Amino acid sequence: MIPAAFDYEVAADVDQAVSLLGQSDDAKLLAGGHSLLPLMKLRFAQPSLLVDVGRIGELSYVREDGGAIAVGAMTRHADLAADATLQSGCAIVAETAAQIGDPQVRHCGTIGGSVAHADPASDLPTVLVALDAELVARGAGGERTIAAGEFFTGFLESALASDEMLTEIRLPKLDGPSAYVKYNRRAQDWATVGVAAVRQGGSTSVALTNMAPTPIRAAGVEDALAGGASAADAAARAAEGASPPSDTNGSAEYREHLAGVLVGRVLESLGG
Amino acid sequence: MSAVEERTFVGAPIPRKEDAKFLTGQARYVENLSAPGMLHLAVVRSPHAHAAISSVDLSAALAADGVVAAFSAADLAEEWGGALPCAWPVTEDIKIPEHFPLAADRARYAGDGVAVVLAESRAAAKDAAALVEVDYEPLPAVTDVAEAAADGAPLVHEDFGTNDSYTWVLQAGEIDEVFSSADVVVKERYVQQRLVPNAMEPRAVLAESIVSSGELTLTTATQIPHLLRTTLSGVLGVPESKLRIIAPDVGGGFGSKLDVYAEEALALALARRLGRPIKWVEERSEGYLATIHGRDMVQEIELAATSAGKITGVRAHLTASMGAYLQLVTPGVPLLGAWLYCGCYDMQAYDFSCTGVFTHTTPTDAYRGAGRPESTYAIERAVNALARELDMDVVDVRRLNMIKEFPAPIVSGLEIDSGDFEGALDRGLEMLDYDAFRSEQAARRESGDTKQLGVGFSTYVEMCGLAPSRILGAISYGAGGWESATIRFMPTGTVQVMSGATAHGQSHATTFSQIVADAFGVDVEAVEFLAGDTAVVPLGMDTYGSRSLSVGGIALYQAAGKVVEKARLIAAHQLEVAAEDLEYENGTFTVAGTDRAMTVPETALQAWTAHNLPDGMEPGLEATSVYDPPNFSWPGGCHIAVVEVDTETGDARVKRYIAVDDVGNMVNPLVVAGQVHGGVTQGVAQALYEEAVYDDAGNLVNGSMTNYLVPSAAEVPSYEVDHVAAPSPTNPLGVKGAGETGAIASTPAVINAVIDALSHLGVTDIDMPASPERVWRAIEEASQ
Repeated sequence: MIPAAFDYEVAADVDQAVSLLGQSDDAKLLAGGHSLLPLMKLRFAQPSLLVDVGRIGELSYVREDGGAIAVGAMTRHADLAADATLQSGCAIVAETAAQIGDPQVRHCGTIGGSVAHADPASDLPTVLVALDAELVARGAGGERTIAAGEFFTGFLESALASDEMLTEIRLPKLDGPSAYVKYNRRAQDWATVGVAAVRQGGSTSVALTNMAPTPIRAAGVEDALAGGASAADAAARAAEGASPPSDTNGSAEYREHLAGVLVGRVLESLGG
Repeated sequence: MSAVEERTFVGAPIPRKEDAKFLTGQARYVENLSAPGMLHLAVVRSPHAHAAISSVDLSAALAADGVVAAFSAADLAEEWGGALPCAWPVTEDIKIPEHFPLAADRARYAGDGVAVVLAESRAAAKDAAALVEVDYEPLPAVTDVAEAAADGAPLVHEDFGTNDSYTWVLQAGEIDEVFSSADVVVKERYVQQRLVPNAMEPRAVLAESIVSSGELTLTTATQIPHLLRTTLSGVLGVPESKLRIIAPDVGGGFGSKLDVYAEEALALALARRLGRPIKWVEERSEGYLATIHGRDMVQEIELAATSAGKITGVRAHLTASMGAYLQLVTPGVPLLGAWLYCGCYDMQAYDFSCTGVFTHTTPTDAYRGAGRPESTYAIERAVNALARELDMDVVDVRRLNMIKEFPAPIVSGLEIDSGDFEGALDRGLEMLDYDAFRSEQAARRESGDTKQLGVGFSTYVEMCGLAPSRILGAISYGAGGWESATIRFMPTGTVQVMSGATAHGQSHATTFSQIVADAFGVDVEAVEFLAGDTAVVPLGMDTYGSRSLSVGGIALYQAAGKVVEKARLIAAHQLEVAAEDLEYENGTFTVAGTDRAMTVPETALQAWTAHNLPDGMEPGLEATSVYDPPNFSWPGGCHIAVVEVDTETGDARVKRYIAVDDVGNMVNPLVVAGQVHGGVTQGVAQALYEEAVYDDAGNLVNGSMTNYLVPSAAEVPSYEVDHVAAPSPTNPLGVKGAGETGAIASTPAVINAVIDALSHLGVTDIDMPASPERVWRAIEEASQ
């Protein structure tokens, strides 16, 4: 419950945050703090410098931007859940945000923090992978865009460089139904398994939470659906390519079973 | 201060007097306290479940910034007048290991303390603790109680040559004959998983020393300031007269603060040694290792019955994990259920035994219900197994066997003073609408719904209100079972109540004030509740085992009677009549047939000025009573859980929960409801969520609130609570304990419901907690 000693700086804007990140090998950005601070209290994380980006108000927004929806990295989960633009244009993000943690987490936690933390048990990363979202990062060398499918590189590891900051998430406007379901034992728990499904342009993409060290696409399911399989037949291939963890919430074998059940239910909810 | 007209507080659901300070963050827990010159204590704990310790090197820690001192077990060996106490040697040949506050040459569980560091800040102490270099040689460990009891298991205490601590036996009736002549015998095996109490406030201590006089004061988050004073006096080698214990606001205990802990002794010894106040506040994850655990036993139970379903006898054998050491009442905890394996059912023969077994784990001790949740679970599941064997309805089997007349001697040798088991069952069935439930259940089965419904019953009786001192003596408990109360009127007419029972969430300030307010016709706000400080209340037996009201409340009621009798003499003197000519009602003495009157508060002012008291009367208006109950308190009732099980995911959720309890007369139904809600939730937690899991190396895998699943309000339904009242005839208020009924009754109701939901699929058993994976596997196995 007592973190190791660390330095603390408040960044006024993105440029300053990036500059501060560059000054230390193991600096961390502090956004909502609901993932990082518990790790620090348990001393699983011991950054020497925390750069607080929680006061960069310009990064809290949801707006239409051409054919896409742009979401600022510091937009809180509760604001995502209540946002009309998301509800009409990319409802799965608003609906998923409403399911994260508890009210305190939803009012402190940010989409950028959740995504950059790259926890495979988190909900929004899976949704972004299913959506083929684009992630905008800024570093000392300028800005670049990373596809969600290439952003998550390992357990709590992302494609962000140590001096890069995630600034914006770009979402497609959806023309079909979408849904995210997760199973957890307590309302505030991380997902034992979660499933995101998005139908766009007539094809269905499906991604899984907590079925591998990163969020993954359920390639077998997508393949089956593309081949005209029924929802039930497609769901039977939910665990193809997965490598789920075993822990006190369930063995890998149970998670493989559960993924099939949840994929089936999500596909049913999307309708024919 | 005016007398309250015609108002009775006892029985009224008034809000708690103490809520405002707790809800606004103005309570004063140990963590809120500091003392000038205070040092912070950190404990270095073994990361191994079992290891030989060859050396402890403190030099790096001592060199760290802010560190004042650091000690190993050897450095402190001279501080101890005795080992940490086990106050319940349940048999003459029980094996009790010596248990000093720090482990010297052998660590016996992950979390066993091996050294301490003292620093100017909590963070510095924590940082430096990581610098203490302990040379461990890891040794084989055993954490599972059944494995520890088997031949060849690693020994926790090699000197004993066995992991068995004791075997305790209770037999009555012709057990062999009953079983050999039975039409049917059912035999079941259940596992009570290990639980972590998780009080909202972690443990914390602040020890202060006056070096010149040798006086020591310990402010500690405890349930038992009085028992601590007596026992720590021995551990520290100081007379009780030099030791003061204060329990300030304490945020929950559930038994986990009913103990004498190493950190309490360490803080006192170090305050004495260094001459500076010492503070230690447990970290939550530290508490998972360093604070006692609950349950953890294997139960084998057999019922003998006739083909008509009449139970004739019960056999129960327990293998109970003690953990690595015997804490204050560790060996006695399973035995608090020893008389109750017959449940609320009439039968002729009884055979109980319990073997306590050491394991390389955090010591177990009392956890809400202590022994009675275990017995209730076993008999209530076994009765369902009997119903299944005989193809009878679970309600019919219960009704057939229930004790219906009181007082009722039970087969195990005690006497239930009062009860209404059948009335509670009938009320529960009415609230449930049993026929409608079975219809809906049948419809879901018929349609092959993925969500199936089940109902589970738990018709229970428990014994609490610990306890008649003579019985405690007969079963080798180290203390008495009485409680004290002192009532003192102040000159302005307010009332001080000094109780040996202390509060850590039970609402003493409110309910005890209600009793006093009614006795004297004053408002509850005129009553000041003082407890939890051995300098304020010198006599007490503290709070556990649902004893505060049925023992401490009776002492209070009796003390109030003594005060009224003295006040009567003062009023008679003032009104110039004979004492027997005064009528007393609602705080006022009236001369019969006149309007001449005097209130108790008015007599209190007279007692204080002492200007005009009867000849020979001592000034002041106060009285003390010490009450030793003649019997245990026997709450009982009927709990019913309706559970919905998702047969695909294995998810089991409680959809309805009905609790019909007999807790005798209620002083405050709102407070009782709070106890029932909290207790039921803890029982649901055992049934569906909580389990301390150790890995093969003996490390606690889920020692955090992230993965040890304490349920929240979101996981449980709104409870449907009602009561039947069979007031206890053994105390003048007719009250019974109400603090543990929920935790005792609920667990089997929930598990019986989960099994009922899946019974048409062939499921007859499921271990706790009934996690989604366990439910899924049970369905899979039954279908093969």
